[in-house]
Amino acid sequence: MIPAAFDYKRASSAAEAISLVSQYGSDAKFLAGGHSLLPLMKLRLAQPAMLIDIGRVKDLSYIKDAGNHIAIGALTRHMDVETSKVLREHAPLLSHAAGHVGDAQVRHRGTIGGSIAHADPASDLPATTLALGATYVVQGPKGQREIAATKFYKGFLESDLAADEMLIEIRVPKMQGAGWSFQKFNRRAQDWAIVGVAAWRRKGEAGVALVNMGSTPILATSVATAIAKGASISDAAAMASNEADPQSDLNASTDYRKHLASVLVRRALEAASK
Amino acid sequence: MTITEDKSTKIIGTRLLRREDPPLLTGEAKFTNDLNIPGALHLSVLRSPFAHAKIKSIDVSAALKIAGVVAVYTGKDLQSAWAAPMPCAWPVTTDMKNPPHFPLASDKVNYVGDGVAAVLATNETASRDALDAIDVQYEPLKAVVDLEDALSDKNIIHKDLGTNKSYTWPLLVEETPGCVEEAFKKSKYKVKERYVQQRLIPMAMEPRAIAAVPQPFGGDITLYSSTQIPHILKVMSALTLGIPEQQVRVVAPSVGGGFGSKLDVYAEELLCMALARKHNTPVRWVEERTENTQATIQGRGQIQHVELAADENGKITAVRVRIIGDMGAYLQLVTPGVPILGAFLYAGVYDIPKAYDFSCTSVFTNLTPTDAYRGAGRPEATYAIEMAIEALAREMKIDSFELRKRNYIKKEQFPYTAFSGLTYDSGDHLLAAEKAAKMTDLAGVRAQQKKQNVPGATRLLGVGMSSYFEMCGLAPSRVLASLNYSAGGWEAATVRVLPTNKVQVITGTSPHGQGHETSWAMIASEKLGVAPEDVDVLHSDTAISALGLDTYGSRSLPVGGVAIALACDKVIEKAKLIAAHQLECAAEDLQFVGGTFSVKGSPDRALPLAAIAFGAFTAHNLPEGCEPNLEAQVSYDPPNFSWPFGTHMCVVEVDTETGAVKILKYIAVDDCGNQINPLIVEGQVHGGVVQGIAQALFEEAVYDEDGNLKSSNLSEYLVPAASDLPSITTGHTVTPSPTNQLGVKGIGEAGTIGAAPTVITAIIDALSGLGVTTMAMPASPQTVWKTIQEATRGGKK
Repeated sequence: MIPAAFDYKRASSAAEAISLVSQYGSDAKFLAGGHSLLPLMKLRLAQPAMLIDIGRVKDLSYIKDAGNHIAIGALTRHMDVETSKVLREHAPLLSHAAGHVGDAQVRHRGTIGGSIAHADPASDLPATTLALGATYVVQGPKGQREIAATKFYKGFLESDLAADEMLIEIRVPKMQGAGWSFQKFNRRAQDWAIVGVAAWRRKGEAGVALVNMGSTPILATSVATAIAKGASISDAAAMASNEADPQSDLNASTDYRKHLASVLVRRALEAASK
Repeated sequence: MTITEDKSTKIIGTRLLRREDPPLLTGEAKFTNDLNIPGALHLSVLRSPFAHAKIKSIDVSAALKIAGVVAVYTGKDLQSAWAAPMPCAWPVTTDMKNPPHFPLASDKVNYVGDGVAAVLATNETASRDALDAIDVQYEPLKAVVDLEDALSDKNIIHKDLGTNKSYTWPLLVEETPGCVEEAFKKSKYKVKERYVQQRLIPMAMEPRAIAAVPQPFGGDITLYSSTQIPHILKVMSALTLGIPEQQVRVVAPSVGGGFGSKLDVYAEELLCMALARKHNTPVRWVEERTENTQATIQGRGQIQHVELAADENGKITAVRVRIIGDMGAYLQLVTPGVPILGAFLYAGVYDIPKAYDFSCTSVFTNLTPTDAYRGAGRPEATYAIEMAIEALAREMKIDSFELRKRNYIKKEQFPYTAFSGLTYDSGDHLLAAEKAAKMTDLAGVRAQQKKQNVPGATRLLGVGMSSYFEMCGLAPSRVLASLNYSAGGWEAATVRVLPTNKVQVITGTSPHGQGHETSWAMIASEKLGVAPEDVDVLHSDTAISALGLDTYGSRSLPVGGVAIALACDKVIEKAKLIAAHQLECAAEDLQFVGGTFSVKGSPDRALPLAAIAFGAFTAHNLPEGCEPNLEAQVSYDPPNFSWPFGTHMCVVEVDTETGAVKILKYIAVDDCGNQINPLIVEGQVHGGVVQGIAQALFEEAVYDEDGNLKSSNLSEYLVPAASDLPSITTGHTVTPSPTNQLGVKGIGEAGTIGAAPTVITAIIDALSGLGVTTMAMPASPQTVWKTIQEATRGGKK
């Protein structure tokens, strides 16, 4: 309940945040909404020596129509992603999924960038942006670079972000009227998904990503390929776990998770095909 | 003099809003940890990470170097601080084994969370940091986690006892010797079932918090604690610490829920008191959530073997019950008594002859101690009998509601002396059950079920029910004595009319969410004819309420509330003598209506209570021998338990592909006799039902084979939230209790008792077409799905 002692700096701009993190290196952690980091600190599972608070960096909270894609500032709160008119029109799968993150209090504090940078395979938005073929823009001391969501997730809570880099923008391609579905299976509404599925479909094309089915969010490429080749939804859904390697925990064994994934992928594709 | 009309404003039975809520909802209410206590040292307790281990060595030197750390104590350091081990007030048998239990372990730890060292520091951060700096060397031993394994005595936890068995408590009631055995031989139908009551974590919203404040001179000490039992805690802490009782004052500030988990005398309370006296400085402690899951008592934890015999019509002829009770590592305040409380309820609401064979053997395990948790023994018993009734109905291939109807104790049989020897004061089970069926639209749901549950369907409907009797209002002291309980079951009340006709009610009950301030004011208001807002209710401070036995077991209203009504009667009796004196008439010629005494037949000769109260205060004109002031004290020992009852029904839809269970409809028909405040009754039912649903679907203290608690925080221990629950529809029948003047029965635990079997029987009903006849709790999606897989696989063979 009481974290270990730490130092604290507040950054007022992305540039200042990056300069601070360059100074303190791997002892430092960015603090945005705090909904992933602070619980870990209270349990003393995380003990960063320096917290760099980026919560007041104003220029990173936005949702913009950028032509082919929607650009979302990393510090945009889940609630803003959920209720954004632009996203509801062009990336309704993402705004809908954002409405299923935690509970209302979490959604008013937590940020899309924080969720993605934390790279928790059980979180909703990493898998959802992965399904949508998003690109993440990160900034470091040497400038900006773009990372495809497919290349970003490296392992459990591990991403391609360097210690002195910060996620600043999420670029989500417009869905162009594709059908979509977000299936979140859990025992309590506010929990992480036991298994989640983010899926979209446009005629012979589909994108499916899985929540909590491995050490990273999982892109179910076998399913998408099968759909592209004209397989039936249930045949495609049977391949849901081809790329997955799910854990066993209190709520679900590995086998049960795989079973759920195929049921939920089937339901998601059926809903997305309507 | 103005003559007041008889407004006879009826307060009892109205939905008065709770006076407790504004301060709670605005954050004004002060919980123990909100108290500002200058100079207090913070206590932190280092807890064992092993379920079973020898303590080889403890090095505290690094911890003592941390700035702010004042002292670190080990179990050995404090051995002389205790006059007695921690108390167990319920030695259920004369040969019960009770290992000595002290606030800190000395040589050996017996569960994950067992206290090993105590740190005092000037601030909370330093005391927390110090825990990480204490170096304890353990030699891990094999942990005993499984109940049947414990029973085998392969590994004995408390070596000096020579066994893991704490006690065996039998209850054999036979009309003629051997009749149970005979019934099982002769009866046409027999069922034999095994149920597991998983361990539950009570998870009060406010974790425990304590502050012990010594007086600078003279040795007096005040203990503030988030407790349900300030009065019992006062006596027990004085005895355990060897402090004269009159020097101990216990105060329970606002308490954020208990559910039985704060019905205990805890190590940390004793540590705070002992160390506050040692350092002559206030010492405070607040529990972290993970500590709460490990070091606060847990509930349930039983394996039940239940057998029913029934004749060709389904009339039950005998009941046999064998229980293994999980005590955990030590006996807490009433740990051993919990399964015994259930022993009297394995007849459920049914008319069963004297053919009952019950036995409970309770064992120690290397797990957190268990103790009373909402319902304490009675939900377990009710679950078993209701599940067994369902099994019997399946065996007989008849509808389980029909089977219940054949066995219900009939209305005209009350008062009914059950095979256990206890007398059920009143009841009408058929009425409550039929009301529940009507509110559920049972016929309509059954028709829909026929349509929906066709072969291949993946969303199956099920209806479940349970009828219950609750034995509550603990209790007649003499009955408790016959059960070897160390205390009585009375309750005390003082009612005082102040000179300005404002009223103080002092109660020995100790509310922690039940709304006693509102309900007790309503009782006094109605009795005395004053407005409820003119009644102040004082409680939970032993300096103000010196006598009492506190709040648990749905006792507060049928014992404590009735005590208040009786004290009001005494006040009225005295006031009547004064009124008769002043009105110059005979006391028996007076009537007391709406707060005014008047001469029967001549309403203009009247005197309001306000005038008498002021007159009693000035004492200028009192009858000969009459003491000044208007107050009365009562200690009330009830003649019987109180017996609320009811029937709950629910409708579920099971997704057979995922195992997810959705409760579509939940109907609770409860009969708690007369209701003081229906709003509060409904709140109690809602909360209780949710805790029962939680046991059925969500909650379980999960341990691994080494005795580590895997569900030690709120993301893994699944307390359901509003969004995970159905809307609960409550209904009532009203069968007033004939044993008290208010006609009231308890309602605190009824919901919990009714709900778990209602939900589980509904799930089994939904899946019956697939061959499912059993369902473990909690019925998580995975458990339901696996049970379906096993049943359908079995069916294909």
